[in-house]
Amino acid sequence: MTHTPHRLEVINASIGYGDKVVLRDVSFQVPHGARVAVVGPNGAGKSTLFKALVGLLPLKSGRILIHGLELGVHQDCVAYIPQREEVDWKFPVNVSDVVMMGRFGKLGWLRRPSRNDQVVVQSSLKQLGIAELEKKSIGDLSGGQQQRVFLARALSQEPHILLMDEPFTGVDVTTQQATLNLLDALHDQQVTAIISTHDLNLASNRFDFILLLNKRVIAFGAPDEVMRQENLSKAFGNSLLVMENGAMLVDECCPPEEDHAHDHETMEEDQLG
Amino acid sequence: MVNWLLEPLTYGFMQRGLAASVMVGVLCAVMGTYVVLRGMAFLGDAIAHAILPGIAVAYILDGSLLIGALAAAGAVAVGIGFFSRKGNLKEDTAIGILFAAALSLGVALISTMQTFAVDLSHIMFGNVLGVSTNDLWLTAVLGAGILSTVGLLYKQFLVISFDPILAATLRLPAELLRYAMLLLLALNVVVSLQTVGVGLSSAMLVTPAATAYLLTRRLFPMMLVSALIGALSSIVGLYLSYYLNIVSGASIVLTATTFFLFAFLWKRLKG
Repeated sequence: MTHTPHRLEVINASIGYGDKVVLRDVSFQVPHGARVAVVGPNGAGKSTLFKALVGLLPLKSGRILIHGLELGVHQDCVAYIPQREEVDWKFPVNVSDVVMMGRFGKLGWLRRPSRNDQVVVQSSLKQLGIAELEKKSIGDLSGGQQQRVFLARALSQEPHILLMDEPFTGVDVTTQQATLNLLDALHDQQVTAIISTHDLNLASNRFDFILLLNKRVIAFGAPDEVMRQENLSKAFGNSLLVMENGAMLVDECCPPEEDHAHDHETMEEDQLG
Repeated sequence: MVNWLLEPLTYGFMQRGLAASVMVGVLCAVMGTYVVLRGMAFLGDAIAHAILPGIAVAYILDGSLLIGALAAAGAVAVGIGFFSRKGNLKEDTAIGILFAAALSLGVALISTMQTFAVDLSHIMFGNVLGVSTNDLWLTAVLGAGILSTVGLLYKQFLVISFDPILAATLRLPAELLRYAMLLLLALNVVVSLQTVGVGLSSAMLVTPAATAYLLTRRLFPMMLVSALIGALSSIVGLYLSYYLNIVSGASIVLTATTFFLFAFLWKRLKG
């Protein structure tokens, strides 16, 4: 394992919009097939990091390497699941149209989808349990179904790295379970998954690494190394409440754009080891 | 009835007018799907007005109106892309500035001409009965070019319109594709000059496509239905213009608007 290049290396990257730097001097390395939870308060720069990883935001300085090569050298090896509000749900496309878009990178500029592409789309739909919705307009779906459509699209992309911004926020239990199952399946296929979440419990239990962010990297490593009180209070500041029994509670009142149902997340100290 | 339909076609200018109108109706309707979905209606209108100086210069030099318009439209489309690139100016601000400047320049140039009023009305509202055989050929060639580009870049235009983030992960040259779309739009406006004129071409871009948006649920069917409505509007509108003796551009646009109102009502009653 020591000789295989890391799937993803971020080296001293500073990222921002215009003159404003949101994330400063970010460095971390993610090995093959790892599941990474990105955790931090609102405005910590989680979405900014993701935008840089897909190439939407240029780096102010530093580098991002995938398989040892600069970002952008590998086409179509990063798949991104957008947040729900980033999608125009009134656009005239149905479920299988959206999932087929995942194949466009493999098709290149002029080729039309082949039989094989149809098969990949079908099996992606099946894996997410939405095969019967394939002819439905995306605007007619429930929130959870909409998310599963984009999960299916990411799957049909056959990516090496999958990025998901807050997939557990404001979705039903079925979708949350479908997302977690997909994570496990991707893990078996050695696909690296990087997922931002507010759910500290989930981050500790279902991920190999945690990246704790607040404008910079507070900590990166295995969950039991990262999820310590000193790290969490550095990341969350006053939002972190430590109970008498040792349980920690992140209380972010009234976040600007997030779903309020998930404002309060608890984590038991004894799970941290 | 058959006579009623055939009589206008005994005139050569009516045959050419009808052919031009149908081609333009279809082209505008197809490009219009992107205009409607990407919210570019204002942009289409701006380009239409912005080509005025090109036409004026062509008029003065007695050259081809289409080529003059084409040059102006290309310049304006690139100009809008340039000023709004990298977020220097918001796109609609850049459009507003160039639109007004080009329109003023056009009117200034045309006002130097003797036959100012007639020329301006032809340019603004079209002169479908003055379509020459050469114009028809040029329209056909440009139209074929527009349609085949839309066909070839169907996937790419779909992705940049629906999901710019996917476009970025697929490493599509989004900026370049946006320019391409602007140029196609500009070409399309130029082509529609003869039939509906500068003033009404944005209506032909928006109205049939908006109607199709109400009636369909996928992009490709939306394009087909839009094209059908565009063609029908052109045919019905031209006959109405012949028999009611009204300006053809206006009657084509009003026919398209009628289709839209029916679709809107149907949708309302249904759901």
